[in-house]
Amino acid sequence: MMKTPIISAVVFVATATVAFGASPNLFESPTPPSAANEIDRIVFAKLSSLKIQPVLCSDAVFVRRVYLDVIGTLPTAKEAGGFLRDPNTGSKRSALIDRLLERDEYADYWAMKWGDVLRIKAEFPVNLWPNAAQAYHRWVRASIAANKPYDQFVREMLTSSGSNFRAAPVNFYRAIQNRTPDGIAAAVALTFMGSRVESWPKDRAPGLAVFFSQIGYKPTREWKEEHVFWDPLRSSVPPVATEAPAPTTPPAAGEAPAPTPPPAPSGPLKAIFPDGTKIQLPPDRDPREVFAEWLITPKNPWFTRSVVNRVWAWLLGRGIIHEPDDIRSDNPPGNPALLACLEKELVAGKYDLKRLYRLILNSNTYQLSSMPRSNTPQAEIQFASYPLRRLDAEVLIDAVNQITGTSDLYVSPIPEPFTYIPHDMTAVALADGSITSPFLALFGRSARATGMENERENKPVPAQWLHMLNSSHIQRKLEQSPRLKAIFEAKRKPEETLEELFLTVLSRLPTPEEVQNALGYASAVAPSGSRQGAKPAKTLARNDWIDITWSLINSIEFLYRH
Amino acid sequence: MSPKPNTPNGARLSRREALRRGLCGAAGLVLTQRAGSHAWAAAAPDKAPAKPNAGPQGKVKAKSVIQIFLWGGMSHNDTWDPKPDSGREYMGEFSQVIPTNVDGIQIGAIFPELAKQADKYSLIRSMTHGNNGHETAAYLMQTGHAPGERLAYPSVGAVFALFKSPGYEGIIPPYVVLTKAQGRFSEEGFLGPKFKPFATGGDPNASRFEVEGVIARAITDDRQKARRELLGKMNTMGSAMAASPQVVAAEDAKKEAYGLILGAGKDVFDLSKEKTELRDRYGRHTFGQDCLVARRLVETGVPYVVINYPGGWDTHKNHFQTMRRQVPQLDQGLAMLLQDLKDHGLLESTLVWCCGEFGRGPKVDYQPPWNGGRNHYGKVFSVLVAGGGFKGGRVVGSSDAKAENVKERPVYPVDLLGSIYQLAGIDPAARLPHPMGLEAHVLPAPSESVKSAGILTEIM
Repeated sequence: MMKTPIISAVVFVATATVAFGASPNLFESPTPPSAANEIDRIVFAKLSSLKIQPVLCSDAVFVRRVYLDVIGTLPTAKEAGGFLRDPNTGSKRSALIDRLLERDEYADYWAMKWGDVLRIKAEFPVNLWPNAAQAYHRWVRASIAANKPYDQFVREMLTSSGSNFRAAPVNFYRAIQNRTPDGIAAAVALTFMGSRVESWPKDRAPGLAVFFSQIGYKPTREWKEEHVFWDPLRSSVPPVATEAPAPTTPPAAGEAPAPTPPPAPSGPLKAIFPDGTKIQLPPDRDPREVFAEWLITPKNPWFTRSVVNRVWAWLLGRGIIHEPDDIRSDNPPGNPALLACLEKELVAGKYDLKRLYRLILNSNTYQLSSMPRSNTPQAEIQFASYPLRRLDAEVLIDAVNQITGTSDLYVSPIPEPFTYIPHDMTAVALADGSITSPFLALFGRSARATGMENERENKPVPAQWLHMLNSSHIQRKLEQSPRLKAIFEAKRKPEETLEELFLTVLSRLPTPEEVQNALGYASAVAPSGSRQGAKPAKTLARNDWIDITWSLINSIEFLYRH
Repeated sequence: MSPKPNTPNGARLSRREALRRGLCGAAGLVLTQRAGSHAWAAAAPDKAPAKPNAGPQGKVKAKSVIQIFLWGGMSHNDTWDPKPDSGREYMGEFSQVIPTNVDGIQIGAIFPELAKQADKYSLIRSMTHGNNGHETAAYLMQTGHAPGERLAYPSVGAVFALFKSPGYEGIIPPYVVLTKAQGRFSEEGFLGPKFKPFATGGDPNASRFEVEGVIARAITDDRQKARRELLGKMNTMGSAMAASPQVVAAEDAKKEAYGLILGAGKDVFDLSKEKTELRDRYGRHTFGQDCLVARRLVETGVPYVVINYPGGWDTHKNHFQTMRRQVPQLDQGLAMLLQDLKDHGLLESTLVWCCGEFGRGPKVDYQPPWNGGRNHYGKVFSVLVAGGGFKGGRVVGSSDAKAENVKERPVYPVDLLGSIYQLAGIDPAARLPHPMGLEAHVLPAPSESVKSAGILTEIM
């Protein structure tokens, strides 16, 4: 099984060495960046006013970056090598972007990102329950795979009615800790307006809540099935009781907080749109539709802006308005023209998100080097370089598993019976935030409790290093990896083995200095004094190769998007 | 690649690192002589408005806390609140009670060892919150806040890590979990990942307690050092961008990790340093040895240690079989922990509390599918507290004749946690640093949704 790819890899490595052995710079491209599109014209003008000369990233950096950013997946050695060898230097980057946007992992990865924002989680604290979490995720993923226009995507969530199992977008109204009109209003503002109601004028949040004061939740006889519907007469009972009598409680049944519905309205409802416009709600229309009509239009000052800003922040590591879900008048965009340009483009493309991705990814702004160009805070705000960010927990463990050909166990211990995920499923593809592993928790996967962008926490802490450097979990993967074993044991020169290893882990070839350092390594068996000579070791022991791989997966270059 | 001075093993030597090594070399006290701020201590609130330990309380009695969490919820009337006159319908297979070494206090006969230690602990028999969901009840018992608010509050351990880190100089993280985190709710809450508990993994009852990330199987210190040197050489991008704030933050955290991997701090997990006879008395099972490790951890000053009971107490079915299997281990380990803390002069300064997220239905459910099980019960249940300023040999509150309702002196989660915070010198009203600057406090003020009957002054 393993034989064929290895042989072809050997052939490839031999040619590859010749093809780009003399690259002048590992991480940066010698070609000065020109404005590829409107984004670049706007960004580069700003940078030039700051006297910052941006530098493009190298092909090796680009291939790794764009795989991780677009599909949350590391390129394989073959994919990385194929891209690096491709002689069409003028068009290969944009051709790769087009290919990646059509990959299955594109939908997996962006369903994961939206899953954070939409709080797709079966258990505490949002309590969607397993069936509904799966249905909701399936709908989100299918919408992304079909490139459903963003305006339609949102309209379905805001206005659907029906069973949480069958009309999946109704789960938007269930994936909220505080299912009162106020709680729903706050979630709507955060999710679709990128705005936090805490920063609003006093009357606005209660005014918005009125649009969500007629949502009914009705259980069915199916376990945890629930109908969400327009209920102007407030006929439905709260979905779950706070204190079920103990003896009748089914095992492991947690309780969601019971929303207390306001009393049935006596007269026509008066609501206030977030821009301050007052409206008397017509009694014959679902108020959610009235709100959706106001929100989902190019004229709305929040709707388009919040999503382009979010997408930009996801790809470039920082919102033009930062943080990306904190749009308010006293938090102005770093570059208003850039934001306006993206809004205009999304509207012109009829809310086609892939078109927006393509535009951003093809810009030279996205393709800049990650080496900082200046120490001024403005450099970061104006996107003078691509910011270094640690890989998301799911992306990181998937990358380690891809390199080693191993897998992790993902489990949800509640409710009984426990859920176990098939071993070939990636962490990125997990539907439900309750299905997890210690690694995902340690590396800051989103708790999916509030839907805020900052719930995902990628800052380094010592315990994460303990895990990467020294845990049995990672060490076992390195030692028992069938994929690495095949690389280590193929009959070829150590230099070639090293090149294959570098392509596998870092998506590039080693520098001469790295070759010397790696091949000069003989682990603890040798007395420490004899290591200084860096004599070209003919045969590195298996443990030496494991240690070399270990050092690569613990490098900043591996652990960080760059 | 860089002209900066390198250490013999290839890593760049920072001023801080140099300072630390100097200290360690001179004093050889790795456990206590940490210089300056390090990552665990940097965990201190950046802009916490309230000063840590600035409560109205005087002396800090509880320097460390050991929390034994009986995940799933342990029956109260089978154990620490027996009702020998309630009949078989209620008592099931456990009808016997035994006297303890304190006059007038009886407990279930399945706890012969704890019965000999009753002078060291008090039993709260009127704990109540009325919540029967695992996650919601666990959240209540470990945060004191009502579930379902917009904020996700941190657990007691994370709050300790926040307030105790500034004065804590140990190399072991301030909030340790033996051996696995529960993962039912995010213990760090909105405080962020620095306040996650450090879960040891491994099994202290194994021949070698392999603490995940700290003590690796079959990797010698020489190989560790060789690897670290290699990593220094192969980290090409990290070296090229060494001044970038992201790389600096990563390298600082890595240095802390190496302090544990290559430092002497890890000896605290080495149970071979204890006498065989003592290890036997704790019990040669995971829970017993967990208790011994917990004692070693508080001995070195770790502020908060959680033992998540290795095995669940969610006994809807096979209740009595599970109890017969688990209770003897709980009895042996916990009783020995109290005795051993006392023998080491640590009981005065170490607060121990033990309970689940709720109790279990006092009436046995003989109907299918339970066939003699007990279901969730949050209306009334029992908690054991000891040391750290809690008096021993007392009973707080009581339940009614069949252990179904609180009869006297309800104790709500904020009352229990408020007492623990007070004994530890943490002001329950202190503000917690919220990333968005929202108003959040250690414990909620009493209100309609947050009931309180006052802290446990009767045993403090």
